[in-house]
Amino acid sequence: MGLIARVVEAAGIPTLCMTSALDITRAVNPPRAVFLNFPLGHQTGKPHDPDLQRSIVRDAMRAFATIARPGTVVELPYVWDPDDRGWEETDYTGDFLPPRPEKEVADRAEAERRARFDRAR
Amino acid sequence: MPVEYIPRTRELYKSYSPYRWVVNPDAPPWTPLAKPIARCKVALMSSGGILYRDQPRFHREDASYRLIPKDATQADLDIWHFGYRTADAQADHNCVFPLARMRELEADGTIGELADPAYSFMGGIYSARKVREELAPRIADELKKARIDAFYLVPA
Repeated sequence: MGLIARVVEAAGIPTLCMTSALDITRAVNPPRAVFLNFPLGHQTGKPHDPDLQRSIVRDAMRAFATIARPGTVVELPYVWDPDDRGWEETDYTGDFLPPRPEKEVADRAEAERRARFDRAR
Repeated sequence: MPVEYIPRTRELYKSYSPYRWVVNPDAPPWTPLAKPIARCKVALMSSGGILYRDQPRFHREDASYRLIPKDATQADLDIWHFGYRTADAQADHNCVFPLARMRELEADGTIGELADPAYSFMGGIYSARKVREELAPRIADELKKARIDAFYLVPA
């Protein structure tokens, strides 16, 4: 994401990257970033929690105005799970990566999805 | 303590040759916001592998992107990505592609306008060169043509 942000920013459009991977973002060094300490796949919040999602995205929009120094990463205060402060120890380890679906399985899922919208037309 | 993804990725992918992470010690490029965000036309992009209706899925090393209409609903969207656990984002795309939330922030005046369309690609592209030289310039062109004032990028 940061790679694209740097190219777009250099082309003259202000950018802001959401991130949940602080070390990667600090390495890539995009112009503006907002860090949310949630597991990957939840960079703008938990599912079916629109209030939380809105609050996070609103904070990000505010950061467009407040970040004045290139390379700033604003850290948001939200906590993933107050009863599980240890998720960082175990997440993204061992069997984290989902198995890649077989081509046949993926083809079938895609055909079903496309057929669904063909019928809807 | 935030997860250190660079060493953990090295561990998860240890059967492959080590990934060379991009490190940019130089100052990032900088374009100041031309007006308050409440008057800006803001474009949204996600790298979560979001697909709209019958759009073709992504494949390995795919540097293409999809255009997602701003009024797309949950039922219109699917996800194709191998690099993160997609179940929560499948159930509610706003976890990684906050389109509905951005529409609300447009309605309540937090942003001036949500650009139509939004953009999506599949972030599991190993070649940084491909992202920098193929995907990013194409996106930048699209945004310039659409007269976008501010660009919000959400990874997955």
